[in-house]
Amino acid sequence: MTSITPPLTTQEPPRRAPWGRWGIQSAAWTYVTLLLLIPLTVIFQDGLKGGLGTLWQSISMPIAWSALRLTLWTSALMAVINAIMGTLTAYVLVRYKFPGKSLLNAIVDLPLAIPTLVTGVMLVVLYGPQSFIGAWLKDQMDWRIIFAPPGIILALLFVNFPFVVRAVQPVLQSLDLESEEAAATLGAGSATIFWRVTLPALWLPIASGALLSFARAIGEFGAIVIVAGNIPLRSQTAAVYVFGEVESANRQGASAMSIVMLSLAFAMVLLVDWLRKRGRKDTEE
Amino acid sequence: MTTVAQPTTEVNASTPRPESIRSVSVWRRRLLIGVVVAYAALLILAPLTALVSGAFAKGIGASLTALRDPAVFSAFRLTLYIAFITVAIHALFGTTLAWVLVRYRFRGRWLLNGVIDLPFAVSPVVVGYMLLLLFGRTGVLAPVLEALNMKVAFAVPGMILATLFVTLPFMAREVMPVLESFGAEQEHAAATLGASGWQTFWMVTFPALRWGFIYGVILTFARALGEFGAVLVVGGGIQGRTETLTLFIYRALDERQYVGAYSAALVLGLLSLVLVVGTELLRKREK
Repeated sequence: MTSITPPLTTQEPPRRAPWGRWGIQSAAWTYVTLLLLIPLTVIFQDGLKGGLGTLWQSISMPIAWSALRLTLWTSALMAVINAIMGTLTAYVLVRYKFPGKSLLNAIVDLPLAIPTLVTGVMLVVLYGPQSFIGAWLKDQMDWRIIFAPPGIILALLFVNFPFVVRAVQPVLQSLDLESEEAAATLGAGSATIFWRVTLPALWLPIASGALLSFARAIGEFGAIVIVAGNIPLRSQTAAVYVFGEVESANRQGASAMSIVMLSLAFAMVLLVDWLRKRGRKDTEE
Repeated sequence: MTTVAQPTTEVNASTPRPESIRSVSVWRRRLLIGVVVAYAALLILAPLTALVSGAFAKGIGASLTALRDPAVFSAFRLTLYIAFITVAIHALFGTTLAWVLVRYRFRGRWLLNGVIDLPFAVSPVVVGYMLLLLFGRTGVLAPVLEALNMKVAFAVPGMILATLFVTLPFMAREVMPVLESFGAEQEHAAATLGASGWQTFWMVTFPALRWGFIYGVILTFARALGEFGAVLVVGGGIQGRTETLTLFIYRALDERQYVGAYSAALVLGLLSLVLVVGTELLRKREK
C-alpha cells in the first residue's frame, strides 16, 4: 500500500480540457458586461454624442448648475464633518473601555442596514414641519432643516457614518502604542502626541474614508429626495435633478448631469485606490 | 553622551506630574466619550426612535389597519419577487465571478476586478436612467424588444435589471476572501484522486465557501429589499403593477398617508436590520 502513495503525490494534477476554463471565464465576462458595462457605455455615448460643448451647455444652465453646486458643497461639508467625527468615534472605540461600547460599535453599522429611503423618512418624522422639533426650530429661530441644506447634510452624515470609522478603526488598532509612549516619556503633552504622532499615522485611512463617503454622497438619492424635496435652485441636488429631467423627458440634461456625477464618483474611487496602494508601499518600505 | 542622558532627566523632572496628567486625561476621556456618544445618539438613534413613535402615533391598531391595505400587500409581494430573482442570479453568477477572479490568471483580470465595485459609486437614479436609455421607448434596444413583443422599461424585468446592477458587488466580494483563504490545494488533491470538476466543486469547494456564500446571499437580499431610486426611475412606480414597498412608501408620503408610510418604512427598516444584524451575529459566532 505504501508504494502507491509516493507516485500519487508527485503526480501533477490531471490536465482538464481548456474549454471548461474558457466557458467559466466567458460566463463571468458576459455577466459583468451585460449588467454593468453595456449600460455604462450607453450613457456615456448618449451624453457625449453632441460633444463636450453641448455637455457643458446643459450643465451650465442655472437650474443644473445650482443643483451641482449644492451637491458638491453639501457633500464636501459632510465629508469634513464625517472625517472629524468618524476619527473621534474610532479613537474612542479603540482606546477606551466604557459601558455601552459594544452598543456604540453596533450603531456604527446601522446605516448600512437601513434602506436610504427609510433614512429619509426618519429624518422627516424627526425634523419635519409636523414634528415638535421642526415646528419649534421654525417658530423660535426661523430655521428649517427639512427642504433645506441642513437636512441634506444630516441625511448624508447618517448614510455615510460607517465609512471613516471603519477605515480608521483597524489602522488605529494595529498602531503600536510604543511610539506614543516614547513621545510621552520624552515629555510631550497628550495633545502634542495626538497631533504629531497618532494623527500622521492615520491620515491615509481618514482621507480614503472621507473620499469614499464623498463619492457616495454625490449620487445619494433615496434619503435626499424625501428630506430635501425637489425645489429647483434651492434644495434640488444633482441626483434629484436627473430624476426630474428623466420625468420630463429632457434626455440631454439628464445624460449630461449623469456623466458629470459618474466621472466625479469614479475619480474619487480611483483616487482612493491610488492612496491605498501608496499606503501599502509605504508600510512595506 | 548628553543626548542619552537628557531623556532620563526629563523623566525625573516630570515625576511629580502624573497626578495632574491623570486627572486631565480622565476628564478628556469623559469629554471624548460624551461627544461621540451624543453624536451617534443624535445622528442615528434619534431619527430611529422618531420613526417608531411616528408609526404608532395613532395607536398600534391604526398602523396595522394601514399595513393591511391591499396596495401594501401587492407592493410587498413584488419586492420579495424581485429580491428572490436577484439573489438567485447573483448566487450563481456572482460565485462564478469570484471563482474566476481568485483561481485564474488572465489578461484583463484587473479590469474585471475593478469594475465589480463600480455600482457602489453609481447613483441609483443614473442606474435607472441607463436602463431607460437601453430599453425605453426611444431606447437603443427598442426595435428588438418590439419585435420580440417584450416590455422591460416600466415593467418588472427592468426593475430586476436595476436591482441586479445595484447589488452586483456583494456576492463576489463576500465569496472572494473565503476562496482566497481556502486555497487550491484541496481542489488539486481531489482532482489528483480522480474527482471530476463538478465533483470537486460540490464536495470540496462549496462546503468550504458555504459561509461566504450565505452572507453574500443575505446581504444581496437585504439590499434588494431596500432599493428605491433605480426601481423608481426604470419602473415608474405604477400602483399595483410596478410598485415595490419603497415606492409605496414614497407615494404614501406624497399623498399624506403618514401612518401608512411610516408603518411600512418601519417594517422595511426592521426587516433589513434583522437580516444584516443577524448575519453579523452569525459571523461573530463563526469566528
